[in-house]
Amino acid sequence: MADNVRPRVRVPDSAAAGEVVSIKTLISHPMESGQRRDGDGNTIPRSIINRFVAAYNGETIIDVTMEPAISTNPYFEFQALIPESGTMTFTWYDDDGSVYEDAKDIAVG
Amino acid sequence: MTKRTLFAGLLATGGVLVAGLAQAQDIINDELVINGDLNIVTQAPAADHLDYMSVVRSGWTFRSTETQAMQMDDFDNPGMLGVESAMSDFTTAMGADGESCASCHDGPESLSNVRATYPQWDEEHGEVQTVEMQVNECITERMGAEPWGYNSTEMINMSGLISWAGRGEIVDIAIDGPAQETWQMGKDLYYTRTGQLELSCANCHEDNYDNYIRADHLSMGMLTGFPTYRLKDARLVSVHSRFRGCIRDTRAETYAVGSPEFVALELYVMSRGNGLSVEGPAVRN
Repeated sequence: MADNVRPRVRVPDSAAAGEVVSIKTLISHPMESGQRRDGDGNTIPRSIINRFVAAYNGETIIDVTMEPAISTNPYFEFQALIPESGTMTFTWYDDDGSVYEDAKDIAVG
Repeated sequence: MTKRTLFAGLLATGGVLVAGLAQAQDIINDELVINGDLNIVTQAPAADHLDYMSVVRSGWTFRSTETQAMQMDDFDNPGMLGVESAMSDFTTAMGADGESCASCHDGPESLSNVRATYPQWDEEHGEVQTVEMQVNECITERMGAEPWGYNSTEMINMSGLISWAGRGEIVDIAIDGPAQETWQMGKDLYYTRTGQLELSCANCHEDNYDNYIRADHLSMGMLTGFPTYRLKDARLVSVHSRFRGCIRDTRAETYAVGSPEFVALELYVMSRGNGLSVEGPAVRN
């Protein structure tokens, strides 16, 4: 299991109705590809985050399937249209079954 | 070659030079403000002991706009991951007495003057100490724990936390008094050519800063941004690793990380940055 996995997100606290805002997310994770070998020649088992989902008030904004070639500490920056006040949720799914979550509120008006 | 093609060749070279100068000028005029509120001094009059330079510039001024931008926002600065990791080490008890860094030094803020004044003379040990040596002194002598490796990830991260705590402080390294002998040794190393390529630090970073060595835009080799997140390594890199890399590139046998030679060189090179702000963890190529 990956150690020290910590999600962090940056979302504006407020927005105008219908405004398109920028969102940045980063999660610290080794993203071990499963292709590398250790000093004794044994394969280091794959351990990556394989899916990332962001949603606003339950509606999916982005749903990403992640593959082993993605580098350490995956970073996503994307934009979303904010129609009303609500909560943006972020979910990362780890190969080992762990699920990491974060949420931020955005006020409209 | 006919006269005409020669002339065309000269024109083309002239064009490139002019473009190069204009670009460098733009970069110098940029200001480094981190997180929109922390002003960093990236250009300052050279210290009196620098014989051949009138102005010193942070390595940040030599980097591309994209790399510069990464350092202007802590969310985009991957070096901050190391700082966060060190923050948890800071409060973790080590050794027999169950003491942590925080037992003596409340928070990292209380260490804000450290990066700007180290390496410095340590009276008790009778030697010049770097930040890493000081951290290990705390770990072994105050906490009674096993020392960290000089270039271990924990140590580089802790060094990053101490730089971060001192960000914006003006570098002021004491080079006189008992430190003078070590400083002179560092200065001699700086001007000594090494390796099959017979290059000294000064050949690149004093004689040729702002020029290109192959595809690399040479900086003045300042240490104010260390430990530095290097994009090509995708991790924080310590001062001594950087020294080792440079000397290796001259095709020489290098000194060891943590060796007296590198400590002396660090003291000297850091003192070349007197007047600039501490800006670590910086982002570089």
